[in-house]
Amino acid sequence: MSSRPEMTPHDGPIIRMSGIRKVYDTGKVQVEALKGIDLSIERGEFVAIVGPSGSGKSTLMNLLGCLDTPTSGDFFIAGEKVAGLGRDALAEVRNRRVGFVFQAFNLLPQISAYENVEMPLVFGGVAPKKRKEKVTDLLAKVGLGDRMDHKPTELSGGQMQRVAIARALAMDPDIVLADEPTGNLDTTSGTDIMGLFLELWRQGRTLVVITHDLALARRAGRIVEIRDGKIVGDRPAAEAA
Amino acid sequence: MIRDALKQLHRDLKSQKLRTFLTVFGIVWGTVAVTLLLAFGAGLKKQLIKQTAGLGDRICISWPGLTSIPYQGLGKGRRIRITDEDLEAVRPRIDGLKRMSSEYSDGWKLVYNLKTYPIDVSGVSPEFGEMRNLIPQPGGRFLNPLDMRDQRRVVFLGNKFAEDVFGKGTDPVGKVVLMNGSPFTVIGVLVPKEQDSSYNSRDSDLSWIPGTTFRSLTGRKYLSNFVFQPATALQSKQVTQSLREALSRRLKFDPEDKEAFSVWDTTEQFQFFEVFMLAFSAFLGIVGSLTLVVGGIGVSNIMNVVVEERTREIGIKMALGAKQGAVLKQFLVETLLVTGIGGAIGFAISLGICGVFPESLVEYVGRPELSPTVALITTGILGVIGVLAGYFPAREASRLDPVVAMKL
Repeated sequence: MSSRPEMTPHDGPIIRMSGIRKVYDTGKVQVEALKGIDLSIERGEFVAIVGPSGSGKSTLMNLLGCLDTPTSGDFFIAGEKVAGLGRDALAEVRNRRVGFVFQAFNLLPQISAYENVEMPLVFGGVAPKKRKEKVTDLLAKVGLGDRMDHKPTELSGGQMQRVAIARALAMDPDIVLADEPTGNLDTTSGTDIMGLFLELWRQGRTLVVITHDLALARRAGRIVEIRDGKIVGDRPAAEAA
Repeated sequence: MIRDALKQLHRDLKSQKLRTFLTVFGIVWGTVAVTLLLAFGAGLKKQLIKQTAGLGDRICISWPGLTSIPYQGLGKGRRIRITDEDLEAVRPRIDGLKRMSSEYSDGWKLVYNLKTYPIDVSGVSPEFGEMRNLIPQPGGRFLNPLDMRDQRRVVFLGNKFAEDVFGKGTDPVGKVVLMNGSPFTVIGVLVPKEQDSSYNSRDSDLSWIPGTTFRSLTGRKYLSNFVFQPATALQSKQVTQSLREALSRRLKFDPEDKEAFSVWDTTEQFQFFEVFMLAFSAFLGIVGSLTLVVGGIGVSNIMNVVVEERTREIGIKMALGAKQGAVLKQFLVETLLVTGIGGAIGFAISLGICGVFPESLVEYVGRPELSPTVALITTGILGVIGVLAGYFPAREASRLDPVVAMKL
């Protein structure tokens, strides 16, 4: 438990990366997916990450979410050094600091929406009574108060992604990461989900979203463009037009 | 945390009916096969011991005969006759001799209720009953030292003979019968027993009276044969040899003369029996182990598939902050529970089979004896195999970066 992250408020940037490299070693070939990323994200920012497929933006996202570990470079979340943390310490960072929304939802199919949202709270050791309040509240906020007992297979794509968003918010993370959250949805559902993200931003949350949807990217606060494993553009969204 | 684990488990079992069923079935099958195998083995062993011990408990029976070797100027063909006094004289000199009794046998007539029955009578001492496993039915007793001292006219009857004379529901104890013209009181009836060998009639057809009574009524001086019991089966050869030497010195025959003094050492039978049972147990052990191996392979296969199937789930859980320990604990708890349930069902089935085991077969193969210890060990081994088979792949999966595990 000595490696447990301090949960004290932090004034500096919520995310600070410098010189981050990620090399995939496939045995014969070494692929350098990220070639030295320097990135800083402030609290309350809404960052859209754009770039062609294979540019390394998903790799960057997985690193941000501590789902993957960088080959080299420095990485701090809320001032705490993340690169080089042990397995369980990383699990704790994922649990408390980061909420992740996946393109493929990644809900567990055999359990209800309620139980899916409850999972991070269980792993975080939150008391059952508090869990119930939190899950009920979150599902109501994403508009699924009447679908809590449904299994993911009984929900539409948009509804599943709402469950996933509620799940990402369960532990009140410092930052919410979303990798192509509308990629598997139809236009209407996609617009809905994007509306939800904007709403979260207005409430003061820090968001990082990978998207192809330029309309959405423009509504974010800042657009970071990645190409070939490097950041090639980083500007306020207003200028993107 | 425990409650969460149980809830999680319940969900997993419900959503994975087939593989749960297969795992449980594997353990049930293994447990049933091994416990029944060993139960029948134990039953058969007990039955064989019971039948062999029916004659007596590690005893030697000896008969005096005609000399076949000339000895100290005495020709062969001489009859060796032994008296109680001879036995008493040599008895203190034999190390390791636990019990000894002479036996005088004859065919008599018994009269009861105006009917006459032929009866084989043995005059023996109280020790005889202990050696030959002659156990009285409740309400009766075997001969005692007072019967011997006072030459009482009392008789202990074989169960079948008693039934022939007195009929089924009657208790013969206390009844008076005429034997060779003298009134005898029945003091006890033999508990029915398994007996696979004998040296005159089966015990169920015999009757026993005090040796002293026999001698005074018949005027017989020389015993028909005598029975002795070494302190342990291992001492039987040494005790027999000492007896042979002591008697040959006293009665003047060649100690090597097996016909003058022949001994049937039933412990030899026990020794063979021990070897046989050892081989039998080894056979059961091998078959049981193979059954366990086969069952274990089944269980471990299923667990392996389970982990593969669930690597994505493990990845998702870890992405949400589950620690390696929590992921592994779930697999362990699950396997343990599945194993426990499987073992319990298996043992219950074995119990059921033993419960309906036909009584008519008990005489031949014995009553199967289920051992809860065997069931526990069997289930335990299968459980350990299952846990190992589930644990290591699960650990592998939980060591992957979550992003890799989720893509599998």
